[in-house]
Amino acid sequence: MPSFVISEKCDGCKAQDKTACQYICPHDLMALDREKMKAYNQEPEQCWECFNCVKICPQQAIETRGYSDFVPLGSSNVPMRGTDSIMWTIKFRNGILKRFKFPIRTTSEGSVDPYAGKPAPDFAKLKQPGFFNGPARTE
Amino acid sequence: MEKETCTFSYCKRPEVTEVETDLLIMGGGMAGCGAAFEACRWANEKGLKVVLVDKAATDRSGAVAMGLSAINTYVGENKVADYVKYVRNDLMGIIREDLVFDLGRHVDNSVQLFEEWGLPIWKKGDDGFSLDGFQARDAGKAMLKDGGTPVRSGKWQIMINGESYKVIVAEAAKQALKSNREKTGMAQNHFERVFIVKAVMDTNGKNVAAAIGFSTRENKIYSFKAKAMICATAGAVNCFRPRSVGEGMGRTWYPVFSAGSGYAFGMQAGAELTLMENRFVPARFKDGYGPVGAWFLFFKAKATDSFGEDYCTNKEYFDDAVARYGDYAKGLGTAIRNHLMMRAMKDGKGPILMNTHTAMAELGKTFKEKLGDKEGAKKMKHLEAEAWEDFLDMAIGQASIWAATNTEPDKVPSEIMPTEPYLLGSHAGCAGFWVSGPGDLPGTPEHYSWGYNRMSTVPGLFMSGDVVGASGHKFSSGSHAEGRITGKAALAYILDHADYKPSPKLSLDEIAAELYLPFEMYEKYKTYTTDPTINPNYIGPKSLQLRLQKIADEYFGGVATWYMTSKTMLEAGLQKLELLKEDAGKMAAKDLHELLRCFENYHRILSVEAHARHILFREESRYPGYYYRGDFNKIDDANWKCFTNSKYNAEKNTWEFKKVPYVQMYP
Repeated sequence: MPSFVISEKCDGCKAQDKTACQYICPHDLMALDREKMKAYNQEPEQCWECFNCVKICPQQAIETRGYSDFVPLGSSNVPMRGTDSIMWTIKFRNGILKRFKFPIRTTSEGSVDPYAGKPAPDFAKLKQPGFFNGPARTE
Repeated sequence: MEKETCTFSYCKRPEVTEVETDLLIMGGGMAGCGAAFEACRWANEKGLKVVLVDKAATDRSGAVAMGLSAINTYVGENKVADYVKYVRNDLMGIIREDLVFDLGRHVDNSVQLFEEWGLPIWKKGDDGFSLDGFQARDAGKAMLKDGGTPVRSGKWQIMINGESYKVIVAEAAKQALKSNREKTGMAQNHFERVFIVKAVMDTNGKNVAAAIGFSTRENKIYSFKAKAMICATAGAVNCFRPRSVGEGMGRTWYPVFSAGSGYAFGMQAGAELTLMENRFVPARFKDGYGPVGAWFLFFKAKATDSFGEDYCTNKEYFDDAVARYGDYAKGLGTAIRNHLMMRAMKDGKGPILMNTHTAMAELGKTFKEKLGDKEGAKKMKHLEAEAWEDFLDMAIGQASIWAATNTEPDKVPSEIMPTEPYLLGSHAGCAGFWVSGPGDLPGTPEHYSWGYNRMSTVPGLFMSGDVVGASGHKFSSGSHAEGRITGKAALAYILDHADYKPSPKLSLDEIAAELYLPFEMYEKYKTYTTDPTINPNYIGPKSLQLRLQKIADEYFGGVATWYMTSKTMLEAGLQKLELLKEDAGKMAAKDLHELLRCFENYHRILSVEAHARHILFREESRYPGYYYRGDFNKIDDANWKCFTNSKYNAEKNTWEFKKVPYVQMYP
């Protein structure tokens, strides 16, 4: 589902330090039109529909439309990603509505302290199996 | 044709920055993040510098960018030797058992860290049914590291709530890199939106001295000089013409941004490849490429032809498969199941259906029997959410297709379909480089180990994740663990070679001219025609990709020929590919985005060439269901139960091939 940007909602992230969708797109698709100060998908036929631009947009200005080569019109699939869960609202073509909420993480964002409480590396074991924080399994 | 050069007569000269580091990690996916996490811990102690370069934003880069609903490799209560056996069976008998065992004995450590960092992992509830990550936490279920029981979908797979899987893993890697910055005083060691184009050899003729690339955000070129490098980039996608057309061409199964850049990097450095003939053709939900694993393994759904027959048990198909492919057919690995499905499709028994509705009805019945009507219905609601989450965590578009086509999985079945071919080494494929193993495992033959774990045949150039050959079925967790194995080994190499000072063969001016040639081409010729997209003097990135896809599809066994090829087909295709490779010297880019696409597609061309030449060398059909040699449509163990290794000489544009003995190390 290539993403599209709703003109009325997009503000080009002018108050942020970077354009969120442009920053996050794994395939370098989202671009900012500096004259209009609006973002757009510059290569929809290369869109993987990963929804990362949709999830990150602070204005909820980005949605997706089914690929024109195989998806019928009339449905929608909209996520709302919070700090610990994500909510999905899925509308079928025939009007059926489904809502789901799933956990996304059990710790707060930015709280990972990767080496805290872990042992220091033992250079005598540098060329042996195992990692700095523990040996490899044996059986 | 006359060769074009860039003298910056037409396009602007970019700023060139040289970055010196001890270790360079290319790629910020699972393997790259694993490498950074492990390497920084060791490097910090010695004041060594670690730099990671990612062409995207590390929070959402690599194959896990969208998230995942399962971790496919967690050994847990199983035996590592059984993991080797499972991988060997699925990859038709030829794998590097030392690499696979090494992976198996390390992988759980990474999975347990993911949970500590915040990844929600499903646990088994007291009633035997599944609890999601939050329910498990709230019920006080133990973490994996403390002996908690995960929910297994298959023998090796565990279920997760993985929407933010990559964000969490990236956070640990970014923190690790930050700690290395603080220890070494480097201003920057994490470069996002910088695309590595190629390896520059050392004047000593042995090492790779520098990796060169450009920013996709500003007119800036980088040369990263390093004592050791880890190539941790993705496999190759969109090499073959995809089943989708137009707008749908980006909805590939494996990420569309996997451009084979790691294959190209190693090839240009002269690293030895192995099993590049291997590919993966996953059978997935049609059009949206939704995953089938949870449906088969967790929901126990059956796939049948449209007449309700399980094509895997069709006697005619099965007997024929055994006649051609011997005992391998009896193992019913992924390739063989694909093969049997295609037999049914060719007989007009399609569409092939995943019977989601009958599977869910069965489970609903069990819930009611065990829990009563009320609790059973509640469980059923949870099950429905689980079914949708499987897509929403990792192939969101498939959920959108269900909505658009009014498909309720508990009421109707969905079509499944074999996709276009993919080249990769971490999922259910094993195309990549020939690397040194750990060396300590009993029974390791001499030719499997040359000093540093996961080092390629080029000294100081390490491989990790998708670009490691002959060692598939690592998946996300295994790629992270392999990144860590590689990071540690690379640090050992750096400490042993402390005196090495990289001395690149190319000057910074030469590097800039090579990387910006597509800009020079565009600016030089763009006004010759009224529409710069149609111009006889150059080729744009889209045309490069389309030409490649057509050649690969029609000659190298794509969907157009039902994955069939042969010596004559391959040779005809390779002639066309040579012309395309020549034309790549006339690539043109109008902006940084197109410059990225030009070189990505050049990397795809090199990856496909390696793939086709390997298929040509191996005179048998080792991977039925993935591709067929029509002229040798059988498995020939007497001649071909071996690795096929090749080396590309980028300067002379020549290839060398050889057979390398396979050794069975585990029963």
